[in-house]
Amino acid sequence: MYGRKVKLRFLFIIIILITLILTTFLILKSLEENVVYFQSPSEIKSLTEIDKSKIRVGGMVKKNSISINSNEVNFIITDFKNEINVTYSGAVPNLFAEEKGVVAEGFLKDRNFFSATKILAKHDENYMPPEVKEALGEK
Amino acid sequence: MIYSLVGYYSLILGLIIGLSLFYFSYKNFNNSNVLDTKILSFTFLQLFFVVISFLCLIFSFVISDFSNVTVFNNSHTTKPLFYKISGTWGNHEGSLLLWLLVLTLFIFIFLVRTKNQPVKYKILTLVFQQIIIVGFFLFLIKTSNPFNYIFPIPTEGLGLNPILQDPALAIHPPILYLGYVGSSIIFSSVLAATSLKIISTSWASHIKKWILISWIFLTLGILLGSIWAYYELGWGGFWFWDPVENVSLMPWLALTTLLHCILVLEKKSILTSWVIILSIAVFTLSMCGTFLVRSGILNSVHTFANDPERGLFILVFLFILIFLSILIFFFFHKDNDRKSYSFFWLSKETSILINNWFMMYFLSVVLIGTVYPIFLDVISSQKISVGPPFYHKLIIPFLIPFLLMMAIGPKLKWIKSQLEDKIYLIFFLIISILLAFLVLKNFNQNILINTILISSALYLFFITLRDFFVKKYKNISQNIAHFGFSLLILSILFNNIFASEIITNLKVGETFENSKTKIVFESVDQKKEKNYNAIIANFSISNLNGEEDRFSPELRIYNQPVIATSEADIKTTLMSDKFIVINLVQNQDFFNVRYQVKPFMLWIWLSVILISFAGIVSFLQKRS
Repeated sequence: MYGRKVKLRFLFIIIILITLILTTFLILKSLEENVVYFQSPSEIKSLTEIDKSKIRVGGMVKKNSISINSNEVNFIITDFKNEINVTYSGAVPNLFAEEKGVVAEGFLKDRNFFSATKILAKHDENYMPPEVKEALGEK
Repeated sequence: MIYSLVGYYSLILGLIIGLSLFYFSYKNFNNSNVLDTKILSFTFLQLFFVVISFLCLIFSFVISDFSNVTVFNNSHTTKPLFYKISGTWGNHEGSLLLWLLVLTLFIFIFLVRTKNQPVKYKILTLVFQQIIIVGFFLFLIKTSNPFNYIFPIPTEGLGLNPILQDPALAIHPPILYLGYVGSSIIFSSVLAATSLKIISTSWASHIKKWILISWIFLTLGILLGSIWAYYELGWGGFWFWDPVENVSLMPWLALTTLLHCILVLEKKSILTSWVIILSIAVFTLSMCGTFLVRSGILNSVHTFANDPERGLFILVFLFILIFLSILIFFFFHKDNDRKSYSFFWLSKETSILINNWFMMYFLSVVLIGTVYPIFLDVISSQKISVGPPFYHKLIIPFLIPFLLMMAIGPKLKWIKSQLEDKIYLIFFLIISILLAFLVLKNFNQNILINTILISSALYLFFITLRDFFVKKYKNISQNIAHFGFSLLILSILFNNIFASEIITNLKVGETFENSKTKIVFESVDQKKEKNYNAIIANFSISNLNGEEDRFSPELRIYNQPVIATSEADIKTTLMSDKFIVINLVQNQDFFNVRYQVKPFMLWIWLSVILISFAGIVSFLQKRS
């Protein structure tokens, strides 16, 4: 039959294969759970059901839409076709201003209300996240 | 004007010398047993021209020569001199010139310093390095020439992004690049050694020095970037699992693994395939880092200027290099160490091998997390992002056995080992678990995974600490590094678990109060500087014990370019950092205030410094 060495090697290969499969499975599984999808206000409007998972919404902050009180910031994100109301309590980045691009991360309450847990900071005033650019339809 | 001209033609001359070096190498390789002095002097000449070119760019920045596009785009007359100079490498063109400078510098030092190695090996290393250098010359001249003219000459530049005007970030790119580009020497010499089949223990100890140099600089470079992100981005964190950070972490993981492999190769002449593949991987990942950051493919919080043509060039270049190295690996590398391949399961070799697999796992997690969104975007145009939970979930559980292995592994002997007189190993394990349990119990933090994690980190901590006193330790650098790592993990854990944060919106004169902290927003001042106007907010914050601190975070509006930045005010003490940052929302009276208490912040930096210090110790050590 087979020698001890062959058997050992065979065992080794099997172990490696199992580990590989397990790792891939683990990684893919948690990717599935932890991935955050990006959507524009228009895409949200056309949703048939509201997902409970975390998403990102991007677009422009509508003019004169920011209002603030001691524990919340409220504003409207628009892609000039549709808009969505955002409530947020947390730190705002430097370049957060009306008529500037913004990406908010959080959860949908319904098709018109979004509760943000994070607003993403950008380094550059001229910079617009590629997602926002696309959502606004200019390439 | 004149500087741009000189700089540009220096680059061309450097390229021509690079090409001529192929010819000299070819001649020398076939004919002689001593290194042709022409090769050495031409390499020096190439370095000289790149230095000239680099100096020209610096001068252009210093005298604000706006006829140069790069200067125009990234500088301004009102900028302080220090940032004029650092602006040289704060942009794409300049940073690539810096790449080139380091590439040529390293190969020159390599040729001068390498002794006791075959001449053919030196020449071949030079050839491989020149392939990279010529590639970068072409890239620089073709797609990102730092000396392009602009006409009519503008009177004022566009300025440097103020967020980059910072001492830590001024030296961050050079240090990081020394690490990145240092890996090119490893890459070249590994390819050379493989082709000549001279991979041996003496070669290993020769290349170990280069690996260490690269590793030390990469570690420090990442640290600087992290410190900068901590105080400048105003989020109070030090690592965001952002793609741009990940691309620097990946070569670091590969390099660290390589460092461990080379130790085995140095002692036992095994794991050669690992060494070759890892060396190729380190350089490839460094190149990928440059590619991903500069091409604009990554959607990152740290976004820099970008251009698709550049990305394509680097990508093609990268594929040629990978193809070349894989070709060499398959055709020249014969596993000649079958004779002693079987080692006992309980040995140093095994533990290093296990370490390798762990590191490869961490590497692949980071790689997938970074690349998967790009991949998905290309095939399905779905926009996604992968956040910290993904990494935490996949890395933290595996950190536990990893930490334990780090404690026990170095205790094992080569080839075969027993664990008989090692009762203290178990003793310390029990102590660690108890201690971790006690600490967390006291603070009402009963999360199982935290307890286990802290136990294993404490375990490593105690074991390494004990070794400082017990043995006349032969391998002091290893011990310092592992000790530093345990300290790092502990600080990060405590930092995360015990951090507290208050985010609120306040008007001037208002007070925020909760059960533990009272924040009084006292007043607002204004300040005018040469290159920015600032709003300074004055806070007084007191805690339960009646300790009161005064904070003055700033909101700066830079004039060139017009960008607002927040300057956090941080009070650092040995045990914790207090961090406050403000922001003003457009057209509103409210200030957005974020106040954080971060324990052990300083220890995170210190432990990383300790880890790189271990590298320096190892570098200075003579081979026993």
